[in-house]
Amino acid sequence: MIELNNVHKAFGDNKVLRGVNLSIPKGTSMVIIGGSGTGKSVALKSVLGLVTPDSGTITLDGEDVTKADRDAFLARFGMLFQGGALFDSLPVWQNVAFRLLRGTLARPRDEARDIAIEKLRRVGLKAEQADKFPAELSGGMQKRVGLARAIAAEPEIIFFDEPTTGLDPIMSGVINDLIREIVVEMGATAMTITHDMTSVRAIADNVAMLHDGVIQWTGPVADMDGSGDPYLEQFIHGKAEGPIEAVR
Amino acid sequence: MNRITSFLAAIGRNVLAALAMLGRVSLFAARSFSHMIRPPFYPRELASALLQIGWLSLPVVGLTAVFTGGALALQIYSGGARFNAEAVVPQIVAIGMVRELGPVLVGLMIAARVTSSIAAEIATMKVTEQIDALVTLSTNPMKYLVVPRVLAALLTVPLLVAIGDIIGIAGGYSVAVKSLGFNAATYLHNTVNFLEIRDIVSSLVKGAAFGTIAAIMGCYYGMHSGRGAQGVGGATKGSVQAAAVLILAANFVLTGVFFSL
Repeated sequence: MIELNNVHKAFGDNKVLRGVNLSIPKGTSMVIIGGSGTGKSVALKSVLGLVTPDSGTITLDGEDVTKADRDAFLARFGMLFQGGALFDSLPVWQNVAFRLLRGTLARPRDEARDIAIEKLRRVGLKAEQADKFPAELSGGMQKRVGLARAIAAEPEIIFFDEPTTGLDPIMSGVINDLIREIVVEMGATAMTITHDMTSVRAIADNVAMLHDGVIQWTGPVADMDGSGDPYLEQFIHGKAEGPIEAVR
Repeated sequence: MNRITSFLAAIGRNVLAALAMLGRVSLFAARSFSHMIRPPFYPRELASALLQIGWLSLPVVGLTAVFTGGALALQIYSGGARFNAEAVVPQIVAIGMVRELGPVLVGLMIAARVTSSIAAEIATMKVTEQIDALVTLSTNPMKYLVVPRVLAALLTVPLLVAIGDIIGIAGGYSVAVKSLGFNAATYLHNTVNFLEIRDIVSSLVKGAAFGTIAAIMGCYYGMHSGRGAQGVGGATKGSVQAAAVLILAANFVLTGVFFSL
């Protein structure tokens, strides 16, 4: 269970998170939606310790994430970054097997390569892509490599940051289906941030809408359409008129 | 009166900003040194940095040194002729290259070639979230990115300086023997006899210091770059400027330490 309690974060005068409260039960898929610049990425990065909240607590299974042993804590996580964040200087298989080649999870090189190729197959990429460099791959392929890297060490918790941004609708569908399949198959806890409503419906068990630095609405994905919340209504239907200002 | 106060305040602000920057860089350097002696270590990254910083810098270092040594011989010969001191060419080329021009020029070439490349690479990794990705993969960016580069520069730049010194002296020798009519054996004899151990040690120590400065500045600016292409450009430009100025300042201090005693 991941819990955010009254989390605040400001960058200078810009108060991004103004008291975020959110619970993500173990083994469920939570999708956080919200407009650009509303703090979705900051919330996600706060959990991982990439951003330090100004106040509030974030706990994982009851333990304060800021006090946990970093290596052991991060070993439980996998993350798919918005742009893939693949290491340009390493071939695809070494990107996927990065965690398996060094640190506490290190394995023999051949074994790590075999696991990387198996994970690449799992996300629909052929073994011959393994020795290419990230720059030689299309955007969709890079996302899939990023997904393979996120699941390579079979983490308990996987974060997805805008998994379908920049992809065509068909590739977005492929990535959404892969994420759903993998999360169910691995029994992982997933936290996704997106503003792609197709992704929300494909990936989420629960949805939280972040607006103005707080969770405006949260509930099961099935309740989203009949929520009656004017902010959520405006967002999911993409209306210019409503309580959310179009110009921010 | 108001203008004078504003002027002094502006100077004060800049001095404080420069001192704060120096403090941050010093802390960054201290952190990178502390990580050098604590596992995990990344030998593959170190090997790659040794290749990039050391081996691949050899051509530019060699060319810089050979032309500098040759030009130095010509200058000393023509300058020395004004007071009948043409014969000191071997000694001055040797001392000039080993004590001063070898380390400084190699340091500046490393700042141009290596500092810029480190800053641009790490800054690009930062803006494309590769550094965040490293953290999520349980890898400390200081250990994985900074330590191998700083260690590689610390180890290879003194060697590059030694090679640059030799090539520079060889450049002076070629010009002196082929164009200025010096006797080859006498030239070499004068060069070898004139140099002291202290000259060579100072050259190598300067090399180690300049290499460390070059790598630290590249890493520091890269890790603290702003967003987007402008951030990467700014980090690259700032790193080379800072490295060049710090190398020249360190050269002044080290020269004082070695030769004013």
